[in-house]
Amino acid sequence: MTTSDNQSLRVLVAKVGLDGHDRGVKVVARLLRDAGIEVIYTGLFQTPETVAAAAVDEDVDVVGLSMLSGAHMTLAPLVVQAIRARGADIPVVIGGIVPNHDLEELKAAGIAEILGPGAPASEVVEAVRRAAAGTSKV
Amino acid sequence: MTNPREQWQEAFDASSIRNDKFQTMSGIPLEPVYGPEDGEFPGIYPYTRGPYASMYRSKLWTMRLFAGFGTAIDTNQRFKDILKSGGDGLSTAFDMPTLMGLDSDDPMSLGEVGRCGVAIDTLADMRDLFADIDLGGITTSMTINSPAAVLLAMFVAQAENAGVPRVKLGGTLQNDILKEYQAQKEFVFPPRQSMRLVRDTVAFTAAEMPRWNSISISGYHIREAGSTAAEELAFTLANGFAYVELARQAGLPVDAFAPRLSFFFNAHIDFFEEIAKYRAARRIWARWLSKRYGATSERSMQLRFHTQTAGVSLTAQQPEVNIVRTAIEALAGVLGGTQSLHTNSMDEALALPTERSARIALRTQQVIAHETNVAHVADPLGGSYYVEALTDQMEQMAEEIFAKIDEMGGGSMLEGCIVGIDENWFQGRIADSAYELERAFNRGERTIVGVSKFLEGNEEDQMETLRITNADEQKQRQRLASVKQDRNESAVLDALDRLAKDAVDPEVNLMPALVDASQVYATVGEMMNTMAGVFGRHIEVPTI
Repeated sequence: MTTSDNQSLRVLVAKVGLDGHDRGVKVVARLLRDAGIEVIYTGLFQTPETVAAAAVDEDVDVVGLSMLSGAHMTLAPLVVQAIRARGADIPVVIGGIVPNHDLEELKAAGIAEILGPGAPASEVVEAVRRAAAGTSKV
Repeated sequence: MTNPREQWQEAFDASSIRNDKFQTMSGIPLEPVYGPEDGEFPGIYPYTRGPYASMYRSKLWTMRLFAGFGTAIDTNQRFKDILKSGGDGLSTAFDMPTLMGLDSDDPMSLGEVGRCGVAIDTLADMRDLFADIDLGGITTSMTINSPAAVLLAMFVAQAENAGVPRVKLGGTLQNDILKEYQAQKEFVFPPRQSMRLVRDTVAFTAAEMPRWNSISISGYHIREAGSTAAEELAFTLANGFAYVELARQAGLPVDAFAPRLSFFFNAHIDFFEEIAKYRAARRIWARWLSKRYGATSERSMQLRFHTQTAGVSLTAQQPEVNIVRTAIEALAGVLGGTQSLHTNSMDEALALPTERSARIALRTQQVIAHETNVAHVADPLGGSYYVEALTDQMEQMAEEIFAKIDEMGGGSMLEGCIVGIDENWFQGRIADSAYELERAFNRGERTIVGVSKFLEGNEEDQMETLRITNADEQKQRQRLASVKQDRNESAVLDALDRLAKDAVDPEVNLMPALVDASQVYATVGEMMNTMAGVFGRHIEVPTI
């Protein structure tokens, strides 16, 4: 799949599991919107299944997960699997608190991009565009 | 009529003073407080300069470090270590499933069991948690909100079985549900039903547990979610007023209830604004309790608070620099007169802290307490033109927000807080402030060292952080399965049945039914689900 910068992107931003920290996801949603990207927010307490279903139903280009509780190693790969189980290949981007020693395993599990704390808006938008264009580094 | 200084002197003379030399390094002897005869003084209404006349000369702040570990047995070991090394207060951090009222075997609990705190499913876990600890001889703080009534009931049941009468139980329940809807988002039931449970715990502890503090009103999470300092101040105190009105509705006189309240504030990086915030908080609370709620007891009017340094101010880049940020924030808390303090560890923007980084965080407080001499003089910034002006401005901004909340509630702060939640007013303001701060950062108006400027060193290898395995999750699930196998199933059903019946009648206090259900090993999840069957569940419709 290729999507040029000018074409409008649709992104689903999601909170999976019990992590209620929603400051980051809301700020990122607005920043993406400011960059001309269409954003849908799932709200809190989603499961990998509900996120995958919403992503497919809404026909989004990218799924963005906001994870701050440390459950990313358990839940993020399940989101990728749930999307693939629906026959879709929507790239997944994670933002939040992810230690470096987890990066490799997450990439191996099919996560396209991982954004750490403090990433400026431009970097977030770039990562989403790369993921959508399928040009993320593996 | 004595002047303020004489009143203060009288109160100071009646205080016990800890053993220390109150002088500068070059030997200048220091007064306990400085100021004009007719000015404000600590321990004297409206308490802007501190709740107590002698402040840290009597007792330094409590260096409270909040931590949680996997299973109840692990945490029990940690508790015993704390008690052995001279501590007399235990602080319990629960894991996410427990905080959300879910059992460890719930599908939603996957990956979270025992991760950020201890997992409690049944009375069996509560028994392990406090095994060989005299619950009548210590104080226990439990950081829990939506299922606060359930965990309090389990705690009471455990004490009962250990032969400790309820009157001897001392401790604190966070139990501040309003800020959950506004900021932290660990909610289960709709707001009004949750407030009924708060009322039940408040009434129960007032009647049976005189040493128990029923609510710790928390601005920390409001700030972490993105509010400004003024919003943190105003929303937190407004929530406090709401609980005072709730207790009055339940028939508790204000002076019987308000002394059991304490507060919990953030210490962010804007040094002087934070200090002004604490000073304004004390003054506002004293005025409102006296003028609006008719309190006459000093204890009702003296705002006491715990402080935690700002988690959101920490950076993943060059994490050692976080020690400096935390030290500055901690100093603001101390100069602002906090009663207890938690300092974050440098690696918390990366993971849960290692033992080493947690120790450095504690050492930070010890340097402030024992090396800098800043605790010798109460409210050392009182009288500064700058800090006094900021204090007045914080107060004024808070009053404007109170007026809005009061208006939303038609003259009731309790109603105003609930309506504000229902209408996403608090949540919207917090999200707006968070967004504004982020935009200022993106425009280059806000510098963050190591993130937006001074990046040399960012390419170095990341420090080693704590790694957590899922082994405890498996252990806890097995534990729960075996408890369920051994318990009397029909007794559990009867107890839950009664809980459901009691929940239907809003006049009934649910605490006795919860204690009884705990005694027959009903799980946290079963009790919460039973109540949800009557109360319904809160679903936030988010706005972005």
